[in-house]
Amino acid sequence: MPKYTLSINGKKHTVEADAQMPLLWVIRDLVGLTGTKYGCGIAQCGACTVHFNGAPIRSCSFPVSAATGQPITTIEGISKDNSHPVQKAWIAEQVPQCGYCQSGQIMSAVALLKTNPHPTDAEIDAAMQGNICRCGTYQRIRKAIKSAAGATSLK
Amino acid sequence: MTLMLGISAPVLGKPTTEIINLLSADDRGTELIAWISIHQSGQVTLLNHRSEMGQGTFQVIPQMIAEELEVNLDQVTVLFAPAHPKKYGPQPQEGSFSVRGWYQQLLQIGATARQMLIEAAGKQWNVPVSECFAENGQVIHRPTDRKLGYGALVEDAAKLTPPPNVPLKKRKEYKIIGKSLPRKDIPMKTNGAAVFGLDKKVPGMLYAVVERNPRFRGKVKRFDDAKTRAVPGVKQVLTVKRAVFGNLYEGVAVVATSLWAAMQGRRVLKVEWNDNGFEHLDSEQLSDRMRENLKKPASSVPLETALQTAPKQLEAVYETPYQSHSCMEPLNCIAHVQENRIDIWGPIQEANWIQADLSERFSVPKENVTVNMTFLGGGFGRKGFTDYPYEAALISQAIKAPVQVVWTREDDMSLGPFRTGAFYGCKGGIDEKGNMVAFQTVTAAQWFWQEWTAEPYPDPEPLKANDGNLDGLLSPYLKAIPHYSFGGVGTRAPIPVMWWRSVYASTGGFACESFIDELAQAAGKDPLEFRRNHLPDARYQAFIDRLETVSRWKSRSKNAGWGVAITESFGSICGHVVNVSRKTDGKLKIDKVIALMDCGWYVNPDIIRAQVEGSIIMGLGAAITHAITFKDGKAVEQNFNTYPMPRITDSPEIEVHIMDNDEKAGGVGEPGLPPFAPALCNAIFDLTGKRMRTLPFKLDDV
Repeated sequence: MPKYTLSINGKKHTVEADAQMPLLWVIRDLVGLTGTKYGCGIAQCGACTVHFNGAPIRSCSFPVSAATGQPITTIEGISKDNSHPVQKAWIAEQVPQCGYCQSGQIMSAVALLKTNPHPTDAEIDAAMQGNICRCGTYQRIRKAIKSAAGATSLK
Repeated sequence: MTLMLGISAPVLGKPTTEIINLLSADDRGTELIAWISIHQSGQVTLLNHRSEMGQGTFQVIPQMIAEELEVNLDQVTVLFAPAHPKKYGPQPQEGSFSVRGWYQQLLQIGATARQMLIEAAGKQWNVPVSECFAENGQVIHRPTDRKLGYGALVEDAAKLTPPPNVPLKKRKEYKIIGKSLPRKDIPMKTNGAAVFGLDKKVPGMLYAVVERNPRFRGKVKRFDDAKTRAVPGVKQVLTVKRAVFGNLYEGVAVVATSLWAAMQGRRVLKVEWNDNGFEHLDSEQLSDRMRENLKKPASSVPLETALQTAPKQLEAVYETPYQSHSCMEPLNCIAHVQENRIDIWGPIQEANWIQADLSERFSVPKENVTVNMTFLGGGFGRKGFTDYPYEAALISQAIKAPVQVVWTREDDMSLGPFRTGAFYGCKGGIDEKGNMVAFQTVTAAQWFWQEWTAEPYPDPEPLKANDGNLDGLLSPYLKAIPHYSFGGVGTRAPIPVMWWRSVYASTGGFACESFIDELAQAAGKDPLEFRRNHLPDARYQAFIDRLETVSRWKSRSKNAGWGVAITESFGSICGHVVNVSRKTDGKLKIDKVIALMDCGWYVNPDIIRAQVEGSIIMGLGAAITHAITFKDGKAVEQNFNTYPMPRITDSPEIEVHIMDNDEKAGGVGEPGLPPFAPALCNAIFDLTGKRMRTLPFKLDDV
């Protein structure tokens, strides 16, 4: 099987994998970072969202062979100690319930605020509509993104 | 030797406390009583014996114990307790039971432990216990202001006999109960650290996926695994079963060294099924069968007489579809079966049932079956079942290794058990004064118990006068309506069904609260006033008053798209007021939902708000975005592309209010769901004059 060198959260990982193996399973089962979740396998739910060169991608539908050469960030790379403004806002607004989709939600929100530090409601909806939350935490997600946007603007 | 307080079944209604001697000490320190361990450093560990699937037990169970134990939650570490019925009583995670079923016992546990610590301090100081009190993790001698931390007292305290009947605090004395303390599980869920079932790994673990019969009851005729075995990493291919009520469903498992290899192996597996001997139904056939069944039971004679003399009579049929639970974390389970021993890890709502089921099926003593709970990525009832751990255990037994069985999204969505579709035939009569004189509902659905009952099912009994109940209906209506009757007809179908968040109230609530709205309309009454006139009970009157205030009900203009519905389930009352409007593009939009929850005595208001918000979104999905349908005996919808979940773009503004009263604690996780669909449809009627009696429908089509 071919070998691939991936840059995940600033660290190089060399993995041996089938070229078509989705990045999701490489991250979870070969690299051992389990914060990124499997939800649907067909890029419908966003639970597997990671950043590829800063942009949000659905890792369940992204083959490992296409994932080299650019930095990959997972939820573990946002911060381990919850110090990122988006994580802080998620805690302050008490967003998660079961929490399973929230890694993906946070990855989408971080990517949104990076390109658009002060999104409107409509822009938040547009950026977050690829992420399903079965617990229905959407109202708190909107609030948390707005409060994180306020916090980042102070910096 | 340490002492432990065991609690017997609270579901029987009369909890008794028994004291069991048990040796126990580990790195958590000394186990004071079953839920509580204290380390010499003063660090307190509280066990959560309930599943955490989002509903907040990881917060509220410790919050209740800590209140009476007199510790600050910041000092507390929370761990999941494994299945242990002798120690923790029954642990099934159903019926919104964690607080309402446990609060008296858990408060008592905390108070008893506190009293033991106070007694230990009194002995050390050689002073009367009455001069001592506990606060913030330490015991204080009032006259001298001497202090001893719990860590210094726990070993002595554990040697004492737990005192009986320690008085509990009054509600006004609470320091942490009733406060929106931030959830202790949330920081683990914002940095990827929380371990869900799918994240759990045990040494030497293999992975399996299973190709299961898509018509549920079919048997494996033969399979061709030549290509599967050629996939690198695939170790074994074997026939396996899962037990769904009285039936054993079959599948073929592909076991591999990685999940990806198992999935690849399954892709090229060819299974031939024997699907003879049972019906292969389409949704249309199921619906026709339920509609036919609504006509079967004979009406109650007194009710029929009352109806015929009523100046206004109304009939309506409400139809609700099958639904999948579709937790964001698909089903999965790790099993390790060894000689006379079984270990299970996974997202589990039914620790005790799984323990008992595996013990019986594998002839392993219960104490040798360990069921460990991880965080659950959603539950909604589906993870309160034994089929997926049993299947995993069979595979582990066959391959003689620990194995994690993972259901793909398609498996999880299409293989059931589902929420049953349910049809309701309603009849009602209004007298000259505009009051309900008769109310009858016949339900046609698949009953859970039918799964255990041999076919054919007996003919439905005739409806009896003033008999029966309807899930979701407010109970005082039965005092106000002189003639009522409720009955049902079980619908035969080889489709597995089970409980789904709020169970039959999720569909019964739609029928009764839509029909009451229709009756109010027929009577020419304001819908909220009409309900008020038929609820002779102070608690419900106070509820209506408050709902009227918080929703600004009286401020609305005529036909402005306001709808109300109030239902009762799991010991709580919940009402929603929904506002809809038509936008300039001609499409309907849900502008706002105002909810009021009366769950009596409560622990954490923000968790209640979160549960009601989430219930509204889940109810919205079941009303207007998704349904499971069947074609030729198989579920059609396989993934979120055809079973569309509500997304952030579908999420209206939600405002949740909570009643403050001295009623007993009620459920929180489920009762917020049933009112949504009827309140929405009543709002649509208010705006458009169109009655929506079949779910789901597309908002854009109205």
